[in-house]
Amino acid sequence: MTKIASRAVDDGFVVYERQRGWAALNARELWAYRELLYFLTWRDILVRYKQAVMGVAWAILQPLLTMVVFTVVFNKALGIKSPSSDVPYAVFSFTGLLPWQFFAGALTRSGVSLVGNANLLTKVYFPRLVIPISAVLGGLVDLGISFLVLLVLMAAYGIAPTWHVVFLPLFVLLAFATAVAVSLWLSAMNVLYRDVQYIIPFLVQIWMFVSPVIYPISSIPAGPLRVAFALNPMTGVIGGFRWALLGQQFPPGGYLWISLAVVVALLLGGVLYFRRMERVFADVV
Amino acid sequence: MSDVVLRTVDLGKMYQIGSERQAYRTLRDTLVQAAMRPLERVRHPGAATHASDDLWALRHVDLEVRHGEAVGIIGRNGAGKSTLLKVLSHITEPTEGRVEIKGRVASLLEVGTGFHQELTGRENIQLNGAILGMTRAEIKSKFDEIVEFSEIARFLDTPVKRYSSGMFVRLAFAVAAHLEPEILIVDEVLAVGDAAFQKKCLGKMEDVAGRGRTVLFVSHNMAAVTSLCSRAVMLDSGNLAKSGPTREVIDAYLLHAKEASSTPLAQRSDRTGQGSVRFTALGLEDGAGNAITTATSGRPVTVRLDYSSADGRPVHRVIVGIYVRGLYGQPLFICLSRVAQNGFSTLAPSGSIRCHIPVLPLQPGVYMLDIWCKVDEVITDFVNHASELTVSAGDFFGSGKLPPPEGGEFLVFHQWEATEA
Repeated sequence: MTKIASRAVDDGFVVYERQRGWAALNARELWAYRELLYFLTWRDILVRYKQAVMGVAWAILQPLLTMVVFTVVFNKALGIKSPSSDVPYAVFSFTGLLPWQFFAGALTRSGVSLVGNANLLTKVYFPRLVIPISAVLGGLVDLGISFLVLLVLMAAYGIAPTWHVVFLPLFVLLAFATAVAVSLWLSAMNVLYRDVQYIIPFLVQIWMFVSPVIYPISSIPAGPLRVAFALNPMTGVIGGFRWALLGQQFPPGGYLWISLAVVVALLLGGVLYFRRMERVFADVV
Repeated sequence: MSDVVLRTVDLGKMYQIGSERQAYRTLRDTLVQAAMRPLERVRHPGAATHASDDLWALRHVDLEVRHGEAVGIIGRNGAGKSTLLKVLSHITEPTEGRVEIKGRVASLLEVGTGFHQELTGRENIQLNGAILGMTRAEIKSKFDEIVEFSEIARFLDTPVKRYSSGMFVRLAFAVAAHLEPEILIVDEVLAVGDAAFQKKCLGKMEDVAGRGRTVLFVSHNMAAVTSLCSRAVMLDSGNLAKSGPTREVIDAYLLHAKEASSTPLAQRSDRTGQGSVRFTALGLEDGAGNAITTATSGRPVTVRLDYSSADGRPVHRVIVGIYVRGLYGQPLFICLSRVAQNGFSTLAPSGSIRCHIPVLPLQPGVYMLDIWCKVDEVITDFVNHASELTVSAGDFFGSGKLPPPEGGEFLVFHQWEATEA
C-alpha cells in the first residue's frame, strides 16, 4: 500500500513536514486505506457481538423494547398519535427509532474512538479519518438487523411499503453522512478535551427530544419553529425514513433541503477541523 | 543520480513539557486560559510564552540512508531515538525541517499493534496485517507462511487472550516479519520473546536486509546492531552525535555510556519512568557488606540500590529489576525481585534494596547494569547503564583456573568423571 503524503517532490519522494493552516480532505489517500477501514469496522462488529452474551439478539431487542416503552408511555398514556390512521404508533415509532438508534450509537462509539485506539495512533501511520468513520460504519449492521425486524413488524400489522421505498438508500446515506459529520467533531474534540466523552450521552439525550422520534413532525406548528426543527438534520432523515417506508406525509421539499444544507456544512467543517487537529493526535492522545 | 531513499533535512521535533505531562486538557482549562491570556499580557508585557517548557526531542538532524542499507540507531534513554522513528514513520509531524522518503514504508514500533484480546489468532493475523499496511490479497497469500513461522497453528482459532505471552509475541512478530516494504523501520521489538525466537526474528531481519531492503533499526543490543547493520548513527540529547561504520559508532557510544555510568545516579537525567519511586545511588558490596568497586568471579557480590519515593509514603506492589548486559548491550541475565526468594512487595518511603548473588557466575570483564523499578506494573524509574560491573578473575571452580573467555561470559559449576568401559 502506498503512503501518500500531502506533497510529492520529484523522483517519487514524499515529504513530511510541518503543515500550516487548514488541510483539505485527501480522498486519494483515504481510498488507498479502504482495506484498513474495512478491517477496523469488521473488528468493531466482531468484538461487539463476541463480548455481548446475547450477541445479535441485542440488536433486535434494543429497538423493540424501546418501541414497546414508547408505545405504552407516549401513545397509550400521553396520547401521542401516528399521523396516519392506517399506521399504528408502534410501527410509526419503530421506523423513527431505526435511523435514530443508528445515529445515537454512532455518536457514542465514535466519540471515544480515537482515544480508545490511542495505541494505533501512536504506533502506526494511516489517515486518522479511518477511525471515526469505521466506528460509524460498524452501526450499519445493527441498522440492517433492525430493518429486518421492522419488515416483520410491518407484515404483522399488514402494512406494505410504498414505492417510495426505492429512495430509502438515499436516506440511509443521509443518516450516515450526518453521523460521520458529527462524529468527526466529537472524536477530534475528545482527544483534546477529555470531558467531551461525558457530554456525549447528554447531547444524545437532548438531541433525541428535538428530533421527531417520539412525535410526528406535523405536530410542530408550521412556520419559524418548524424551520428551526428542520435545521436538525435528523429531522430530515427520520421524516425521510417514514416517507419512504410508510408513505407518511413528508415535510415539503424545502425542509429537506435545509437539513441537507446543514449536513453538508457540518461535514465540510468537520473534515477541516479534524484534519487540522489530527496533526497533534499522536502527541496528545 | 544518488540512490538515497530516505533523507532528513534539519529535522526537529519540539514537545512542550507541560503538555507532555498532562497530555490532554479539559475544556475548562482551555477556556480559563483563553480568558486569562489578555490579562497575562497586561501583567507581563512582552514576556516570551513559556519558552522554558519547550523540549527539543530532536534538533538539527540531517541523515541520509541509501537503498539497501541497514542503519542502526543507538543512544541512551531519552536521546530521541523513538521520536526520530515516529517522525520517520509519519506518525507525528516534525516541528521544523523535513523528511523525504521514497518507497513503501512499514514501521514496527511495537509488537502486536492493534491486536485484540477477544479475537482469535486467525482474526488477529488479518487485522494486524491490515494495520501494518498489507493488502487483503497479500495477507491471504502469506497466511500459511505466517502461521508456520509463529508455531501456533494449533491455537489459530483460540482467542488471543488465552495465549501465553510467548505465543502472543511469536504470532505478532510473525505477521510483522512478513511485511515486504522497501523501507522497514524497527524499534526495539526484539527485546521480547524467548532467546530462540529472538534469534529466528533476527535471522529473518538479516534476510530482509540482505534482499536489498532498507532497514532502520533501534536497539540497545549492540551485538544485534553489529550483526545487522553496516552503518550506525548515535543520537544524544536529540542531536546526531555520530555517524559512520557500526563499529566506530558503537565504540563512541560505549565510551559515552562509560562516562554516564560514572555520573552519580541521583544526577542522571537520562532516565525514563513516571518518577514516583527513583533510585538515588547504586553500590557494590562483597559478602561481608564492605563496599567494593570490582567484583570477583565465583565470589559473592551484592548490588545495593538506594531509593526514595517522591511523596514520602510507603510504596506497595513494587518490582525491582537489574538487567545484566554484556559490554555490547547483549542481555545476559536478569535479577527480578518478583521471581527470587525473599522478594518484597512493600517498601519504606526511602531506604536501600540489596540484591545478593552468592556466587558470581561471570568471566572476568566489564558488564553493564540497567536498573528499573515498577509500581503497579507502571515503570517509575528506568536507567540504562546505571553502572558498570567490573569483574576480576577469581577461583570459581576451586581449581585456580578459568576457561578461555572465547567460551562465553558465563561460568557454570561442573565436575567431570571418567569410568572404564
